[in-house]
Amino acid sequence: MNGHLAWDETAARGVIDALKAKPGALLPVLHGLQETFGYIAPEVEPLIADALNISRAEVHGVVTFYADFRTTPPPTHQLKLCRAEACQAMGADRLAERATTRLGIGMGESTSDHRVHLEPVYCLGLCSVAPSAMLDGRIVGRLDERKLDALLAEVER
Amino acid sequence: MSLHLYIPADAAAVALDADSVTAALQVAASQRGIDITITRTGSRGLHWLEPLLEVATEKGRIGYGPVGVADVEAILTAALDGSAHPLGVGIVDDLPFLKRQTRLTFARCGIVDPRSLDDYIAHDGYKGLARMLEIGSAATIAAVTTSGLRGRGGAGFPTGIKWDTVAKTDATQKYIVCNADEGDSGTFADRMIMEGDPFVLIEGMTIAGIATGATQGYIYVRSEYPHAIATLNAAISAARRGNRLGRNVMGSPHHFDLEVRMGAGAYVCGEETALLDSLEGKRGTVRAKPPLPAHKGLFGCPTVINNVLSLATVPIILNKGAEFYRDFGMGRSRGTMPIQLAGNIKHSGLFEIAFGITLGELVDDIGGGTMSGRPVRAVQVGGPLGAYFPRELFDTPFDYEAFAARDGLIGHGGIVVFDDTVDMAKQARFAMEFCAVESCGKCTPCRVGSTRGVEVIDRIIKDDSRVANIELLKDLCNTLKFGSLCALGGFTPYPVMSAITHFPEDFGITPPSRQAAE
Repeated sequence: MNGHLAWDETAARGVIDALKAKPGALLPVLHGLQETFGYIAPEVEPLIADALNISRAEVHGVVTFYADFRTTPPPTHQLKLCRAEACQAMGADRLAERATTRLGIGMGESTSDHRVHLEPVYCLGLCSVAPSAMLDGRIVGRLDERKLDALLAEVER
Repeated sequence: MSLHLYIPADAAAVALDADSVTAALQVAASQRGIDITITRTGSRGLHWLEPLLEVATEKGRIGYGPVGVADVEAILTAALDGSAHPLGVGIVDDLPFLKRQTRLTFARCGIVDPRSLDDYIAHDGYKGLARMLEIGSAATIAAVTTSGLRGRGGAGFPTGIKWDTVAKTDATQKYIVCNADEGDSGTFADRMIMEGDPFVLIEGMTIAGIATGATQGYIYVRSEYPHAIATLNAAISAARRGNRLGRNVMGSPHHFDLEVRMGAGAYVCGEETALLDSLEGKRGTVRAKPPLPAHKGLFGCPTVINNVLSLATVPIILNKGAEFYRDFGMGRSRGTMPIQLAGNIKHSGLFEIAFGITLGELVDDIGGGTMSGRPVRAVQVGGPLGAYFPRELFDTPFDYEAFAARDGLIGHGGIVVFDDTVDMAKQARFAMEFCAVESCGKCTPCRVGSTRGVEVIDRIIKDDSRVANIELLKDLCNTLKFGSLCALGGFTPYPVMSAITHFPEDFGITPPSRQAAE
């Protein structure tokens, strides 16, 4: 989606080399790669391991520990719905149900055409304007049926 | 004709279309040929009024909110000719929600341009650091200790003692780490400071660094906070240009620099030792203590790790004196607490006040009850690991010890209000489910116990051997509480047990007090 490069080893090495000197570089490197390619390709793990002088298992362990890192190319749109307590208190569960029904997928799943991924998040820090959502990095507060439908129309377009 | 307007760039305002309102104002003003200046500030914390547009006048800033794009033309007319507008709230500083507060940590938030070093300095900024350089390390640490400042992340450990331990530990490299992994639902005070007054955090960290002998600091911010990260990075660059960071800070012999590091969606990284592992580029698993981070922290070096609010409170303590800060509060909870009102509450937002105010005052008087207009049934204080309080406990004063005495915690100061439609068995189940999702997996009580907890609660809800399973759940909670390595497993029993204790009817059992009365 939006301006990600196709997997390319030379570009990947460039990202790794630019960040590898930082103390505790692995997270910055992984964020850099995901920003560039949209995901952490399996092919990149040995390159990181080599550059940071750690084992491939350590790299893989970190990639799979954190919810943010994807190991497959991202769908066109990513819709995150906050499911934490403050949003629950304002009807987030009902809205999540509306989204899953309309898209025909469960939370944490992508549509078969790879257009939308529906992701539960546990707090966007917008608890005072709950319920909240994030569509491709754009934040929305006081989510209601009308606003949710507008977001869904946008991703289905 | 010229106007100076202020609109928050705080994420809560942006989520309610503040950027579109700003753009519409610029278009409307240029069409009318009015010369306007728009300053994007942080938020004042009156979130039910966001986006809150403020117009500078001789009497002070006049507010309008919540402003939508469609209101812009009429508000512009009202602002120019001084006429009334239905969204007008009058002088913002005179609003009771602000008047009742004691804003020490949040003194500048919503008022200044968060990216302007000059604006920060014009509003008493860097007076704390100047004082620190004048009185030296030992007196600075003594002042932080005397002020009674305790860790605002939730644990409430005295900040000055942490600093003293690091200062007295010999090492060639030490670090200051700011825990900005604000993952608790119902909390957003760290985010507001980072987006609304980032220099106060930078100044606090610089004071901590020079006082303890650390030359490098890291701010670990969760990835869910992209706006905070952008503002912090802009402020750090401005501070470097203004000789407030880098070599020979403010002309002193001391060096200190900062870097923002982004988390990657793991709640457990808010636990200080998991955060340190994450900063080192590892999985965010919890470390056993000892060794304390103050002795062996980041990369094995002595490390001060403090919450955003703790560090952001240090400059005012240095500037106004330890006694000034200490004289607010009650018991062993000194100073003020930025309290966050969230969930189903009418007046949501940030309310900073001295410790001692009761939960009932916060929810009913200041918060104005629920947004839905229905009765308040339960209030969760202190995030997902905090207890649910019923109305009967609304006389509890906001104080670390008073909440602990009632099997609760104040945590990071978040209050989430639920109306009478809430199902407390479902909330208890969610607490266990959340623990299962977010457990780092290092210790068994948390890793396995949380999943077993979900299963047991499911059986209770289905009325499958209900009485026996409630006993089992209590036993399991005990195991989690006393057997877990960190607060994630250790505190998950708080929401679960408080739900059973205070709302037994939602679990299909008769309240013990009512049984006795019958």
